[in-house]
Amino acid sequence: MRRKRWYDYLWIWSIVYFALGFFNILFAWLGMIDFLLPLAFAAFGGNKFFCNHLCGRGQLFQKLGGELKCSRNKPSPRWFSAKWFRYGFLVFFLVMFGNMVFQTYLVAVGAESLREAIKLFWTFRIPWGWTYTAGTVSPWIAQFSFGFYSLMLTSLLIGLIVMVLYRPRSWCTFCPMGTMTQSICKIKNH
Amino acid sequence: MASKRIAVVEQGRCVACGACENVCPRKAIGVYKGCYARVDLSLCVGCGKCGQTCPAGCIRLQERTEAPV
Ligand code: SF4
Ligand code: SF4
Ligand code: SF4
Repeated sequence: MRRKRWYDYLWIWSIVYFALGFFNILFAWLGMIDFLLPLAFAAFGGNKFFCNHLCGRGQLFQKLGGELKCSRNKPSPRWFSAKWFRYGFLVFFLVMFGNMVFQTYLVAVGAESLREAIKLFWTFRIPWGWTYTAGTVSPWIAQFSFGFYSLMLTSLLIGLIVMVLYRPRSWCTFCPMGTMTQSICKIKNH
Repeated sequence: MASKRIAVVEQGRCVACGACENVCPRKAIGVYKGCYARVDLSLCVGCGKCGQTCPAGCIRLQERTEAPV
């Protein structure tokens, strides 16, 4: 086996991130690292070093599904890794991300008021007010935190479901970040 | 001595996640420039670990003799 490196422990970061969101929603902003870093590696390095070695989420799925055997370990359905599904899910995800940014904008200009709730699977609204004291920051900063955390938690839950049903890292077959970074690499390296 | 079997990646479906790379005991498989995984035929021992880990199920074992070099 490969010698352990410091970044083999980044799965801990993944747990810490979601735990922090239960105490103070503003920590959700830290998730931007997991958004920007993979894109930076792809855009400037032309590689997927993030997915391959640094992604705490991928590592967490591998730990839970692999070492702790919380996975049926059956190959994912072929359509998970089909181009139409991967790009389709990416587009869906980006639209939802755009919608979240738009909500943030509406709060910023005062057209909407801050909603202290998270929304799971883009459908179920869950009160999450204990993680935020009104007035701590500008309302839009808090609104973005709730929205972004919702996206992160929803995608984590989808990832956990497909981890249990299929292989530990089945989420990685259609993860929007994975699809985006692979596309950038393909464009850059051809 | 070279193993009888080797891993072969169906590159069109590989998502370049690197799960295979992280379980290979011989450093024989790795993601190439973020695009897809490649197997180093001189290192692969045909153990099949990569194929059991790949979430896309796009790695299979093949007789070494059949493989194009
Ligand atoms: S595909 Fe997504 S979850 Fe998987 S390693 Fe890459 S960024 Fe992480
Ligand atoms: S078959 Fe075994 S040695 Fe060959 S690439 Fe896969 S994990 Fe590595
Ligand atoms: S585990 Fe499968 S999908 Fe991931 S890089 Fe290896 S061959 Fe590609």
